[in-house]
Amino acid sequence: MPKIKSIARSPHIDMTPMVDLFSLLLTFFILTATFRPVDPAKLTIPNSVSEKVAPDNDIMTIFISTDKKIYFNFDNGKDTSKHFRAELLKAMGDQYKISFTPKEITQFSRKSSFGMPMAYLKQWLNTEDSKESDKFQVGIPTDSIDNQFAWWLNKARFVNSQAQVAIKADGNAPYPVVKKVLDLIQKNGINKFNFVTTYDKQEVGIKDIPKQ
Amino acid sequence: MGEVVTEEKAQKGAKKRPKKHPGRIDMTPMVDLMCLLLTFFILTAAFSKPKIMTITMPEKDDKTVPPKIDARRTLNILLTDSDRVYYYVGAIEPGKPQPQFVKSNFSKDGIRKVLLLKNKDLFTKITEYNDSRVKGKIHVSDAAAEEHIKSLKKDDNVGPIILIKADDSAKYKDIVSIVDEMAITNIASYAIVDLSSAEKALLKAQPR
Repeated sequence: MPKIKSIARSPHIDMTPMVDLFSLLLTFFILTATFRPVDPAKLTIPNSVSEKVAPDNDIMTIFISTDKKIYFNFDNGKDTSKHFRAELLKAMGDQYKISFTPKEITQFSRKSSFGMPMAYLKQWLNTEDSKESDKFQVGIPTDSIDNQFAWWLNKARFVNSQAQVAIKADGNAPYPVVKKVLDLIQKNGINKFNFVTTYDKQEVGIKDIPKQ
Repeated sequence: MGEVVTEEKAQKGAKKRPKKHPGRIDMTPMVDLMCLLLTFFILTAAFSKPKIMTITMPEKDDKTVPPKIDARRTLNILLTDSDRVYYYVGAIEPGKPQPQFVKSNFSKDGIRKVLLLKNKDLFTKITEYNDSRVKGKIHVSDAAAEEHIKSLKKDDNVGPIILIKADDSAKYKDIVSIVDEMAITNIASYAIVDLSSAEKALLKAQPR
């Protein structure tokens, strides 16, 4: 009787299709990934039950930090060929009699949120080093003599009338500052705005109604 | 060892060459790495989107006359420093006894209980509607359901009208929390308004 030899070989799985699939998915996710722009200041955002997702385009974001500084961000719109940011800078330049070079305008289009008086804007755009340029981010002035923030809002609204307004403020930002911003937004004819929050589930049912 | 092999080979003849294996690369580490990167990108794609809470404010126009509100339906919520919340029903009118301020907080049993009790009818209606959707008793699209809830809120004429008033020492998170409570308890009508000087004085007089 011939001995039956059991073939003891470690099974070898061909991983090539797996690698193929993974690289495909990976490329897809890398290409579609949009990196979250860095906030101009450290913000602790309050929670809410809202599950609505913020739109990617046509949104102007107002940042309010705990130390009452106001920053602004405005996107180029869904159709990036419209160059809303460049338009906004030109409009603000006209308002404050500052002429920007084409290089400065492209630089502005590329950057994200900003918050400095108009006087610092040119320096901020011409500083290559991000650490150096961050020093100019001291907040947009909102005082009544020269309310630059109101002009930014006004011009942004003029450049892109479709843009929604989102407020991204630190939970500990004092209410008077928030109120000032809200009033300015309403003055520009916007009565609907959004608060950026983090999602926090809350379960409340009929049983929670107190019996009385 | 090596010697033995050569001996065997020599015995079988020099013609027979060792079997040529197709170069097999161990792909396990590559798969591992890809798995990791893939998970990272999927997760960042799903979680990076910030959430927003939409608020519509009444138009700030001097010409429009504010609608007359039934004083019994109004519930004033006053926000002040260190997360303190006060509420009172009605309005402060000269010559009438001042309304009693009640202290509350943002916890589950705080202001939410008050709002739920006040808004019992509408809250029950909306919750039952949502429940029957979840259980599959009625099949409607999300947009239609939203429309239905909107109309329920519009038709509501017994629920409270909330006036949110914050003083200068309140924080932004208080406003967000209270507006969030409005969403949780399905309040149909609420507005963020300014404090009157009488309320300011009363608020200051409250013990801490």
